[in-house]
Amino acid sequence: MKPLLELRHIRIELPTRRGTLLAVDDVSFTIGEGEVLGVVGESGAGKSITAAAIIGLLEPPLRLTGGEILLEGARIDNLPPEAFRRIRGKQIGAIFQDPLTSLNPLYTIGRQLVETIRTHLPLTDKQAAARAIELLQEVGIPGASERFNAYPHQFSGGMRQRVVIALALAANPRLIVADEPTTALDVSTQAQIIGLLKRLCREHGTAVMLVTHDMGVIAETADRVAVMYAGRVAEIGPVRQVVKQPQHPYTVGLMGSIPSIGEDLERLPQIDGAMPRLGSTPRGCAFNPRCPKVMERCRVDRPDLLPAGATEAACWLHAPEVVHG
Amino acid sequence: MAVDVKQAVARPGLVRRLWDTDLAYSFRNSPVAVVSAIVTLVLILGALFAPWVAPHDPFDLSSLSLTDAGDPPQWIDGGSPDFPLGTDEQGRDILSAILFGSRISLGVGLFSTLFALALGVTAGLIAGWRGGVTDAFIMRIADVQLSFPSILVALLIDGIVRSSLSHDQQDKIAMFVLIGSIGLSGWVQFARLVRGSTLVERNKEYVQAARVIGVHPIRIVVTHVLPNVLTPVLVVATIYFAFAIITEATLSFLGVGVPPTEPSLGTLIQVGNGYLFSGEWWITVFPAVTLAALVLSVNLLGDWVRDALNPRLQ
Amino acid sequence: MIVFLLRRLLQSLAVMLAVALIAFTLFRFVGDPINGMVGQDATQAEREALRQSLGLNDSVIVQFARFVGRTAHGEFGLSYQLARPVNQIILEKMPATLELSLVAGCIALVVGLALGVFTGLRPRAVASRILLAASLVGVSLPTFLIGILLILVFAVWLRWLPSYGRGTTEQFGWWTTGLLSIDGWRSLIMPAFTLALYPMTLIIRLVRAEMLEVLRTDYIKFARARGLTNRAVNFGHALKNTLVPVITITGVQVGSIIAFAVITETVFQWPGMGLMFIQAVSYADIPVMSAYLVLVALFFVIISLVVDLLYYLVDPRLRMQRGGGGHGR
Repeated sequence: MKPLLELRHIRIELPTRRGTLLAVDDVSFTIGEGEVLGVVGESGAGKSITAAAIIGLLEPPLRLTGGEILLEGARIDNLPPEAFRRIRGKQIGAIFQDPLTSLNPLYTIGRQLVETIRTHLPLTDKQAAARAIELLQEVGIPGASERFNAYPHQFSGGMRQRVVIALALAANPRLIVADEPTTALDVSTQAQIIGLLKRLCREHGTAVMLVTHDMGVIAETADRVAVMYAGRVAEIGPVRQVVKQPQHPYTVGLMGSIPSIGEDLERLPQIDGAMPRLGSTPRGCAFNPRCPKVMERCRVDRPDLLPAGATEAACWLHAPEVVHG
Repeated sequence: MAVDVKQAVARPGLVRRLWDTDLAYSFRNSPVAVVSAIVTLVLILGALFAPWVAPHDPFDLSSLSLTDAGDPPQWIDGGSPDFPLGTDEQGRDILSAILFGSRISLGVGLFSTLFALALGVTAGLIAGWRGGVTDAFIMRIADVQLSFPSILVALLIDGIVRSSLSHDQQDKIAMFVLIGSIGLSGWVQFARLVRGSTLVERNKEYVQAARVIGVHPIRIVVTHVLPNVLTPVLVVATIYFAFAIITEATLSFLGVGVPPTEPSLGTLIQVGNGYLFSGEWWITVFPAVTLAALVLSVNLLGDWVRDALNPRLQ
Repeated sequence: MIVFLLRRLLQSLAVMLAVALIAFTLFRFVGDPINGMVGQDATQAEREALRQSLGLNDSVIVQFARFVGRTAHGEFGLSYQLARPVNQIILEKMPATLELSLVAGCIALVVGLALGVFTGLRPRAVASRILLAASLVGVSLPTFLIGILLILVFAVWLRWLPSYGRGTTEQFGWWTTGLLSIDGWRSLIMPAFTLALYPMTLIIRLVRAEMLEVLRTDYIKFARARGLTNRAVNFGHALKNTLVPVITITGVQVGSIIAFAVITETVFQWPGMGLMFIQAVSYADIPVMSAYLVLVALFFVIISLVVDLLYYLVDPRLRMQRGGGGHGR
C-alpha cells in the first residue's frame, strides 16, 4: 500500500554567522492513509522543524537542503510557492500550539472560516457560511450559529483550539500536521481536544502527524510513533511496542522517566547529560556520550534505522552481528 | 586536550577584553557604524579645537576686510587657498565660521540633552517612587506636553522669555534660555522611561526589604533603580542629542535661537539663505552640509547603538 | 461606547482649559499689556483708566473666566504689532496654512503608507533597502534644510518653481485658495513636500516595522498554513493588523503637520499662520501668540479625539468592557 506521506532522507540546515548548523539530519519515515503518527522528542530535537518543512513553511534562514518529501507518491518539496500554497489547506492542514495567537484577533471566526472554505471550495458566501456552522457544530462549539459572529478573544482556550481544528479541517485535507496542539491547554481540556481530534480524523479518514513532547498523549492517540533525538530518528514503530518494549537506549530512558501511579520511587530516573546542541553533535551515534550501553562502534559510525523486533531503532545493539553473535 | 596553565590563568589586557566583547564585534563588522563614528569624531574634535584649528578668527572684526568679501571656495575661479571654503559678504572665512558654529551647535545640543536628562530622570524617579498624587500630577503634565510638538514648546518658552526682557538682557542670557527651552521640551521621554522602571523596581522584594530596614529612599533609588535604567536612558539620550541639535538649528534659523553674536550652524545657514539667488551658494551650502553630516552620523551611530544593545535582536 | 466618548470629551476639555490657562498667564503676566497698547506719552491717569476699563483690576479668577469666555467666542484681542484684531489676522492667514497642511498631510499619508507597506512586504528588495536608507536621511535632516535644498535646486539652479509666496489665489468669501490655478500649485509643491517629508518618513518606518512584526505572528503563519492566497494574507490579514496600532501615532504625526508648518512657512515665505506666529514671537506680540497657541491646541485635541475614536471602532477588543485575551502575538 502506497503511503500517504513519505519523507526520504530529509536534511534541513540553518546557516548562521558562525557556520552552517544541521537541524534535521537524514530523517525518513512514512505516514499511511488515516494513520496517526506521533513524533516525540525533547525541545530542539527537530520535530517542529520537520513539521514545518512538510507544510512548506520553513522559516528562512532554515533551508531544506537534501532529501525528498512525497505526498501520494508525488514530490512536493520542490514545488514552486504558488503550487505549494494550493496543497496547503486542501491536502495538508496544520494546527499549531497556541490557539490564542493562531487566530486573527480583528476578524470574527465566521469570517475566517468562510474565507478558508471559499479559498479551496467553489461555494458562495451563503453556502460557505452554512458549511462553517456545520464545522463549528462538529467540533463541539455550542450555539454555533450565534458564535459565528464572535471574535476570538471571546472564546476560552479550549474553544479556540476547537475553532482552530475546524479551520484546519475546513477543506477536508488528507493529512493534518499538529504541532503541540495541546501543550498550551490545561490537562482536562487537553484530553477533550485530543479526543476530538482523534474522532474527527477517524470519521474523515484524515491522517495525523502529531508532534509533541508528551508521551502520554502519544500513547493514547497514535498508531505509530517516531522518537527523534538531535535531529535524527532514534526509533520508530507501533506505539504499543515502542512504549512497552523500547529498543533504543534513549527510548528506554524516556519511558523510564515517566512516573506511573502506584510506583514507589524516591527519585525519577534521569538520563545523564543533555541532548547536544546544534553544531555540537558528537561523531557516530548522537546519543553515545549518554548511552549506558555504548560500544566502540557507536563513537565512530552513525547507525541507520535497523530492524529491532517489531520496531526499528537506530542503534548498533541491533546490528545483525550483535544480535546473532 | 593539553592546556597551558599559565596562559589560561593570565588575563588578557583590558583593551583586548573590550575588543572581544559582542558590542565591539558588531561595531567592527558594521561599516555604517564605523564611518558614522569617524565622521562624528572628526566633527566633534574640529569643533572642540576650533580656536586652534581654524585658520581665521571669524569674530575678530578687525581682521576682516571687505576686499575678501564674497570669495568663492578655492577650487573655483576667484577663490584662494587662504579661504578654502570661500567667504561671506563681510569677508569672514566660511571654514572658520563652520568650525566655531559647530562648537555652538554641539554645545547647545549637549547641554540641552543633559538638562532634559537630568530633569526627566529626576521627575521620573520621583513620580515612580512616590506614586499616588505626585505621580498622577507629573504624568498629567507630561501627557499634556507630549501632545504638542517640542518645537512649539521650545518656541513658546523662548517667546515668553523674550517678551519679559529687554534686548540687552535677552542677548546675555539667550544661550541659557535656549538650552533651557530645548531641555524643557524634551524631559518627558526620559521621565516616562524612568518612571516605568522605578515602578517595577519599587515593587521588588529587595527594595521593600531595604525600606523596612530604614535605608534612606534616596540611597535606595540611586543604588538600585538608577543602574537599571541607564541603558535605555542612554539610548533615548542619543536619539535626543540629534534632535536637540536639529531643534537648535531650526530655532536659530528662525531667528529665535542663539544670539547673532555667537552664530551656530543654523544661524550661518539662515544668513546664507539670503544670498542664494545672487549665486553665492557656498555661504549656505557648506554649513548645511556640515549640519546634515553631523546629525546623520549621530543618528546612524545611535541607531547602531540601539540595535546592538537590544536584547531581543541578539 | 457613550461612556468612552464622554470620558474622552472631558479629557479634551481639561486639556483645552489647561492651554487656556497658559495663554491667559501669557496675556496677563508677561510683559505689561497696557504698555503694549498705549503710547509712551500716556499719563499715569490714562493708564489707570485703561486698566480699569479693561477689567485688569478685577480678581484673577474673574479675569480668567472672562478670558475663557472671550476665547470661546473667537475674540483674541488686538495685535500689539499690527494694531488689528487678532481674529481678522488669523482668518486671513488660516486658509494658506490649512491648504498647505492638507496637501502635505495627504502626501505624507498616501505615499508613506504605500511605501511602508511595500518595504514591509519585501524587506530584502533593493528598492526597499534604498528606501530605508533614504528614510533615515529624511528623519535626520531638519525641515528647513530640506526646504533650502529644494529651493536651491528647483528655484535657483533649474528655475522650474518659485521660491516664495503662494502664487495666484482666488477668493471665495473669507477663504482664499491657490488650488485652482497651475501657478498656485507650482508654488505649493515644494513647501508641501518639505512639510510632508518628516511625517512621511516616520510613517514609512513605522508601518514597515509593524508590518514585519505582524508577518512573524502565529496567525499569519496559520493563515498561510490554511492555504490562503498571498493577497489575502498580505492585504487582508497583515495589512489590517498593521494599520490598527499605527493609527494613533500616524494621526498624531499628521496632526503635528500644522505645527511644523511654522518652519516651512518661514523658509518659503508662505503667508500662513506659522509665519504669523514667528513674527509674533520676535516682536513679543502676545495676543497673536496666545491665539495661535489656543488654535493649535484645539486642532490637536480634535485630531487626537478623532484618532482615538477610529481606534475604538477598528479594534474589536476595545469594544468589550472587560477586554478578553491580549494582543494576538
